[in-house]
Amino acid sequence: MLFTIASREYRNLFLSPLAWAILAVLQLILAYLFLTQVDTYMGLQPRLAGIEGAPGVTDVVVAPLLQTVGFLLMLIAPAITMRTFSDEKRNRTLSLLISAPVSMSDIVLGKFLGVALFFLTLLLLIAAMPLSLYAGTTLDTGKLAAGLLGLVLLVSSFAAIGVFMSTLTEQPVVAAISSFGLLLLLWIIDWSGNSKESVSGLFAYLSLQAHLEPFLKGLFSTTDVAYYLLLTALFLALGIRRLDQQRLTG
Amino acid sequence: MDTKILIAVENLYRYYGHHLAVDAISFELAQGEVLGFLGPNGAGKSTTMQMITGNLAPSAGRIAINGIDLLDRPRLAKAEIGYLPEQPPVYPDLTVLEYLGYCTRLHRVSKGKRDQAVTRAMQRCGLDGVGKRLIGNLSKGYQQRVGIAQAIVHNPAVVILDEPTVGLDPNQIRDIRGLIRELGESHGIILSTHILPEVQATCTRVQIIHRGRLVFSESMQTLQQRLSGTSLVLETAAPLDTAILQQLPGIGSVEALGERRARVHFNDANPAAAVAACVDTHGWGLVELALDRQTLEQVFVELTCSEVDAEAAA
Repeated sequence: MLFTIASREYRNLFLSPLAWAILAVLQLILAYLFLTQVDTYMGLQPRLAGIEGAPGVTDVVVAPLLQTVGFLLMLIAPAITMRTFSDEKRNRTLSLLISAPVSMSDIVLGKFLGVALFFLTLLLLIAAMPLSLYAGTTLDTGKLAAGLLGLVLLVSSFAAIGVFMSTLTEQPVVAAISSFGLLLLLWIIDWSGNSKESVSGLFAYLSLQAHLEPFLKGLFSTTDVAYYLLLTALFLALGIRRLDQQRLTG
Repeated sequence: MDTKILIAVENLYRYYGHHLAVDAISFELAQGEVLGFLGPNGAGKSTTMQMITGNLAPSAGRIAINGIDLLDRPRLAKAEIGYLPEQPPVYPDLTVLEYLGYCTRLHRVSKGKRDQAVTRAMQRCGLDGVGKRLIGNLSKGYQQRVGIAQAIVHNPAVVILDEPTVGLDPNQIRDIRGLIRELGESHGIILSTHILPEVQATCTRVQIIHRGRLVFSESMQTLQQRLSGTSLVLETAAPLDTAILQQLPGIGSVEALGERRARVHFNDANPAAAVAACVDTHGWGLVELALDRQTLEQVFVELTCSEVDAEAAA
């Protein structure tokens, strides 16, 4: 049941030009960045060759690329998730799902999975760029894998937050802006309070970006994994509660 | 007749904030019944239907679908229901076939039977030939039919239709009414509508809801008897004489409605034959002789307007 809803959601995204536009634009921009990064590395390479323990191609090309991917996905994730529930509410189609023998958690998880699957497709296309480097050189596979895993976790939290925001309103644009606001806040939250140790500790823990960085350095830490999983679970639970509560308040 | 109770609703209440929208409604629906839900706007029809289909949680009360409690085991209970809300819940971006296929999967129709179920629902709702068209490009009437097809595609025990004929042209309305009667033979149907003749044409039982309360609940048969008139309206070509009519046997009183029109009240048997013969012998020339039935509309107005007036006066 979950997968029925998920696959419908996934295919629905491709019915609108939005998904295609996002795929195309993102791919274009990232390809440009990737090429400049490769170019920079080509320039640096002779000098790096002389230094022992110098950063390799994975550090110079792949890590910055993946970091940019994380940032760009934050910008576009709300556009993908905004319609999940707001559209159904506005078109009064949600009652189709609610009248069907499907639980609320199936509905929310299905929508989430569908959107997450879209992000995975996006990441897969993006991953093709660093992978193409294998044609000419060798990469630090562990680092690349860690970086991609970090992004997968990151986008799953984007998807959960976006889906939850979409349950709150009938207006897709409102859903998009509010989820963008929340994502941006969580992204930059560790920028503040650098001076005060106690506050910055908490803020740094909450930051979406701060937990991505270790992954990009090839560091796989359960703290970071747990952070993303908790964030995702929290907003999915909130989404389910929100739908349940709507049955009560009407 | 084997009357299986498909829906049992007991003491259903629903508050919106402090506003009581549904007040202690109880009723049952048996297999083979088509229940017409009538009521003015805002009477609580849609709210009741939304509660029966699990779209709204009742503030208090019990709902059992086919003997399964909706609140305890919603999944099992919902599998027995097909629901068409006021606005058909259709996705404009999908084709009719895609959409109905999705509905069968949502309703857990087993894999092998899906295509058959979709084909049958499309046939019944007159959707042949539009299967590959986008729902968003269809006319309102066709979208409404897709909505109905969605409600019956999984062959549920109970079909709940909220104003199913809105936006349809007269031919389509006839088709849909026929479909509802046909479905009513094997399923239980609840039908809400503003159109009173529709209820008379399709329903086997009528319930009128007013201000959240059930104020009227009769089977169509009893209703017909109640409604069967006690007066005849007579119109003739030449001026008639009420005094002569008065003397006919079985006639209570004759009320002149004009020179050539009269209303004939009678007590027991319908004296139409005698009246016609009388008109004939006096050479008045019969133009019209009709049984004046009390219509459902009158009952409806009686039940739903009196209180409004009383309140307006207060």
